[in-house]
Amino acid sequence: MESNIDINKKENKEKILSPGRIFWNKLKKNRTSKIGFFILLFMVLFTVVGPFLSPYKSDTMDYTSAYYGPCLQHLFGTDSLGRDIFTRMMYAGRISLSVGIFSVVVEVIVGGSIGIIAGFYGGVVDSILMRLVDIFLCIPVLPILITGGVIMSDLKISPSLRPIYLMFMIGLLSWAGLCRLVRGQILSIRGLEYMQATEALGLSDRRRMFKHMLPNVVHAIIVQSTLDVGGAIITESVLSFLGMGVVPPTPSWGQMIDVVSDMYNMQHYPWLWIIPGVFILLTVVSINLFGDGLREALDPKLTR
Amino acid sequence: MRQYILRRLLQMIPILIGTSILIFMIFNLAPGDFVSGGGGHRTAAMEAQIRHAKHLDEPEIIQYARWASQAIRGNLGDSFNYNKPVVTVINTYIWNSFILALSAFIVSLLIAIPMGVVSAVKQHSFTDSAFNLIALVGISVPTFFISLLFIKWFAVDLKLFPISGMTEAGSTTTGLARVVEVAYHMFLPFLVLTISQLAYTMKFVKASMLEVIKQDYIRTARAKGLKEKVVIYKHALRNAMIPVITLIGLSIPMLFTGAMITEKIFSWPGIGYITYTAVFVRDYPLLMGDTMLVAVLTLIGNLMADVSYALVDPRIRLK
Repeated sequence: MESNIDINKKENKEKILSPGRIFWNKLKKNRTSKIGFFILLFMVLFTVVGPFLSPYKSDTMDYTSAYYGPCLQHLFGTDSLGRDIFTRMMYAGRISLSVGIFSVVVEVIVGGSIGIIAGFYGGVVDSILMRLVDIFLCIPVLPILITGGVIMSDLKISPSLRPIYLMFMIGLLSWAGLCRLVRGQILSIRGLEYMQATEALGLSDRRRMFKHMLPNVVHAIIVQSTLDVGGAIITESVLSFLGMGVVPPTPSWGQMIDVVSDMYNMQHYPWLWIIPGVFILLTVVSINLFGDGLREALDPKLTR
Repeated sequence: MRQYILRRLLQMIPILIGTSILIFMIFNLAPGDFVSGGGGHRTAAMEAQIRHAKHLDEPEIIQYARWASQAIRGNLGDSFNYNKPVVTVINTYIWNSFILALSAFIVSLLIAIPMGVVSAVKQHSFTDSAFNLIALVGISVPTFFISLLFIKWFAVDLKLFPISGMTEAGSTTTGLARVVEVAYHMFLPFLVLTISQLAYTMKFVKASMLEVIKQDYIRTARAKGLKEKVVIYKHALRNAMIPVITLIGLSIPMLFTGAMITEKIFSWPGIGYITYTAVFVRDYPLLMGDTMLVAVLTLIGNLMADVSYALVDPRIRLK
């Protein structure tokens, strides 16, 4: 008798696991996504906390110590103005990471809400919005972003504000893919019984969309937007490398690579540009690892 | 099928109109124009005269209407920078993009398909992990960064390959010597493009193969006692290749319009490179032409992907 109760208890315990719990357990078991998470954590700490611990400032110049190679005093060496690259990497990373993250926030807000509205209302609204998505999916993003960079330079927008404009430009040009994804997800749950119940209850459209549908598609949004952060970081670095994104004196990882426009720098001072490049690579790799881990943990079909 | 294609083609019309309006607006929003950006010593009267000749002094709506009515007839206007019709300019440079992109595409397919298949068949093995790592890095690395690394290693340090361009400056070679010279210049950008495409294609092939291997008919084939090799390479691979066919359609825009960043870094005179320079000299007719070309090719590529999928796979019916 007692043993029977015990078995029941055990079975109950297994059943009680909430979806969130299952998600955590799966994520914790995934070794590669853990690696990704810890690299990301390092990057965030490095850029957020790092500057407080560094003896140098982003723009501490010391002409007597220009072009030092990596050494104990300057872990990553110094640049033409004698600025410490290690410290500059921290400040640059703040910009690169925040542009990456916030442009995806813009993307999610725009793409997510348009996708929910299109999927929920269907019909004419849906076909108009989807044509808009088609338009945004077939325009080439890079020439437009570069044009945007030229416009910013023409309007003499201050270097400290350019990252903010960049977030919006990148976000507003890349929402279409996410929008299509969200719409598809919404379409698949629109006809389910619980949605019919919300209609029978007479809930307002807004409440049905954002209180009842959104939570059921949020997992897809999380996975896609995590992966998109990596893409946004690369886009920002490309633009800044071309001199069209973040411009000096504000540093970003891509902007630091711009030193190679002088061939001499490229050949003789490789630490100036290889280190920022490796940091971009590491960050994007870790985002992809972590994002894939999230996808596997959140996808109920993928249980192995 | 014919009806389906016709409907898709008709659907493209509003998309293309919307795209052209959007692109025209963005490019015309920029303060300044080709004349003011040109520099040099022009008086205000001369500038006004050039503007008038190029219709830049008219309201935007009229400019757009003029451009659109000509574009429908296949005339994309004259490039300010090259003083030639945009169509001629594009036609000159598009083939440079094409040979570079096509060779990278073919080679990346040839490498990625076997890699993807092996990775799927031996899932969780050491080889699989190694291939996954290669794909992960290939997807994550910014192409401009690998380009720079290759330039430093192979062109600057080892001096194996030229840094940029398509031929030597002032080269007059013809025939086979010309082919060799271009191929020699093409190698580094080709390598960069191959690596970045390889990663995507491999992931794609692997996913497709994994999907097929799980299916019942594969289990049946094994139960019949067929050799594992026959099961994989004869039964599974064929169906796994179906989604890969769509890749060809989806790659069409990239094949013709080139990779902007790679072409820019290696000064490869393709569409990507001239688009990049067009932004800086405010050559809007050329920019409009290039971006519309990308848009049209993207739409056609998507359509071809869908149609070819249906042609190869009888389970798919287009509605």
